[in-house]
Amino acid sequence: MSDLLKVENLTVRFEVKRGGGWNKKSYLYAVDDVSFTVKKGETLAIVGESGSGKTTAALAVARLVKAYSGKVALAGEDILQKEAEALRQTRQKVQFIFQDPYSSLNPRKRAEAIVREPLDSLSRKSEDEKTKIVDDLFEAVGLRPEQQRLFPHQFSGGQRQRIGIARALATQPELIICDEPVSALDVAVQAQILNLLRKLQKDFGLTYLFISHDLGVVQHMSDSIAVMYMGKVVEHADRLSLFQTPRHPYTQALLSAVPTVDRAKRAQQKRILIPGDAPDPVNLPAGCRFANRCPAAQAICQTVEPELKSDTNGHRTACHLV
Amino acid sequence: MSPLLEVKNLRIELTTRDGVAPVIDDLSFTLNPGETMSFVGESGCGKSMTALALMGLLPEKVGRVAAGNIIFDGEDLSQASDERLRAIRGNEISMIFQEPMTSLNPVFTIGEQIAEVLRAHQGLSRKAAWAQSIELLNAVRIPNAKSRVSDYPFQMSGGQRQRAMIAMALACQPKILIADEPTTALDVTVQAQIFDLLTDLRKQTGAAIILITHDMGAVAEMAERMIVMYAGRKAELGPVDQIIEHPRHPYTKGLIECVPHIQSDPSLERHDLVEVPGIVPSLREFGKDQCLFASRCAYLTEACLASRPTEKLFANGQSADCWHAEGL
Repeated sequence: MSDLLKVENLTVRFEVKRGGGWNKKSYLYAVDDVSFTVKKGETLAIVGESGSGKTTAALAVARLVKAYSGKVALAGEDILQKEAEALRQTRQKVQFIFQDPYSSLNPRKRAEAIVREPLDSLSRKSEDEKTKIVDDLFEAVGLRPEQQRLFPHQFSGGQRQRIGIARALATQPELIICDEPVSALDVAVQAQILNLLRKLQKDFGLTYLFISHDLGVVQHMSDSIAVMYMGKVVEHADRLSLFQTPRHPYTQALLSAVPTVDRAKRAQQKRILIPGDAPDPVNLPAGCRFANRCPAAQAICQTVEPELKSDTNGHRTACHLV
Repeated sequence: MSPLLEVKNLRIELTTRDGVAPVIDDLSFTLNPGETMSFVGESGCGKSMTALALMGLLPEKVGRVAAGNIIFDGEDLSQASDERLRAIRGNEISMIFQEPMTSLNPVFTIGEQIAEVLRAHQGLSRKAAWAQSIELLNAVRIPNAKSRVSDYPFQMSGGQRQRAMIAMALACQPKILIADEPTTALDVTVQAQIFDLLTDLRKQTGAAIILITHDMGAVAEMAERMIVMYAGRKAELGPVDQIIEHPRHPYTKGLIECVPHIQSDPSLERHDLVEVPGIVPSLREFGKDQCLFASRCAYLTEACLASRPTEKLFANGQSADCWHAEGL
C-alpha cells in the first residue's frame, strides 16, 4: 500500500539559555534529521524514553510546533509549507489523541460540545450535519447518546479518553497521532481503549502514528516501529523484524528491560543494564549519542556519528557494529 | 519463623461527603523477614491506603483504623502513640514514594535530607551523618557521590532522585521498606536499574519489601508473594508464580490477561485484548455484603450478589475470596 505520511530529514530545535555571555545562544535539537514513512491504514509506533524527541516529532508532524527544517508530506503534499485555508484543510486530516484525558478536555464544556468543536473550527458543514456526525461518533466510541449532555468530570478516565478519541475522529482525519493514549489509564481500562483504537482503525481505514514507551502495547498495536534516542531514530523496522531481531544495542537493552510475567523468557534472557544517564542534549558528544552507555562501544563510536542504514529487507539501523 | 508483620482483620474507614466508607475492609496478611510481597490492583483499590496505615500516616480526621491490628515485631501499631510511630517511621519501617520529584524537599540538598534522617533516629552528629550520606549515595550507585551529595533535587535526573529516595529510606537499615509504585514515573531502562538495585540491597540488608504496583511484570520479577486488592478487599493472596500460572479470582485473571505482554517471538496474527469491562466501584459501594467485583465479572451468579465471598484456601498456599474460586 502507498505511503500516507512521509517525513524527510525533519529537524526541530529549541533555543535554550545557557551561561556564557548575554547574547550567547545554544540550541537543543529535540528532533535531529529524522526520516520515516507510514503506509496508509497502518500504525507506526515511535518508542523511546522521555526526552528522546518522540512527542516533539509528532507535534511537528501535526504543525503544533515549528519544524526547523525538513519535509512532512501527507499524501504527497508538503504540509509544512501550508498556510491559511490550505492549513485548515490539512488540520482536518491530521488529528491528535492526547495522553492525559483529565487535562485535555475543557472542564467547562459538555461532552457534545467538545466533540463538535473541531467541526465548528475546521469544517464548513451545516449544524444538522454536525449534530448527525456527533451522534454517530458517540456511538462509534461506545458512549451512550444521553452522555452527550454531561461534563468531563462526570466521566471515568476511560470514558474521557473515548471523548478524546471521538473528538479526534470528528473531521474524518486520515492520520491520527496517538500520544501515549493509554498510559494515564488503569491497566484494566487500557485494554478497552486499545481494542477500540484497533476497531476504529479497521472500520475507518485510519493511519496511526502511535507514541508510547510501553513496549508491550507497541508490540500489540503497531505494524512498524521507530526507536528514538536523543532526537535520532536509531532503529526502524517492521514489527516482526524489530522484536525478533533487534539490532541496535539500545533497542536490545530497551527490550530486555521490560519486566515480564513469562518465566521461561525471564530465565533464558539476561537483562542488559545500561549504566548511567543520557548525555546533555545541548552539548552532544561527537560520535554516537549512545556510545557512553553502550555495552558494545568501540573507538569509532566515540568519534563518528553512525548513519541510519537499511538492509535488503528495509530494517534500518544506525550503528557502526551492525 | 515468626512473621515480621502481621495484619489482622484490618478495617480502615474514610469519612467522605456520602458517609463513612471502609477503604480497607477486613484485610489480613503476614510479612516474613526478608520477603518481598507485592500489592496489586487498580487505583482506588486500597493499596496505598494499606501502606499509609502501616506507616501511621492516614489522613488526619478523615481516615482511621476502625478495627483490627497491625502487629509489627510484637507491637500493635494501630494502638501506638504518635511519638512511638514517629520513632518507627523512617527508622524501622520506611517508604519510597511514586514521584521522586514531589517527595523530596526542593530547598534542601540531598545530603541534608539524608543526614536529617540519621540525626533524628540515630543521634549522629552533623559531620558523621554527612559522611554516612555519602556512603549511602555510593551504595545506591550514584556516581561521584562525594560531590553529588551537595546537589539539590532539581539537579538530578528522575532515576537519580529515586535512588536518593532509596538511600534515604535505607539510611537506618529498616526492617520493612514500603515501595509505592517506585518506578511508574521512570523510563523502562531506569526502572530496570532501580529493580536491580532494590534486589541487591535487599540481599545485603535483609529488609523485607512491600512493593505496591499495577505492573504484573514487575511483580513477577521482584516478589515472592502477592496480594491482589479490589475495592478495599483482598481478592487473592499467594505465591506469585502460582497465581500467575493459575489465578483463582476472576479479577486477577483479568489483570493478567488484559495487558499486552511483550513476546520475543510475536505472531503475525493479533487478537483483541481481553477486557475487564467497567471500572472500580465508587466508595459508596464499598462495604456492601456482596462481591464488589460482580458487576465486571464474567463468572457472575446469584451467589455473588447474595453475600460477600469467603476466603477459599488452596493446598499450594493460594487463597481467593471468590464463590467460584475452585472452578476457575
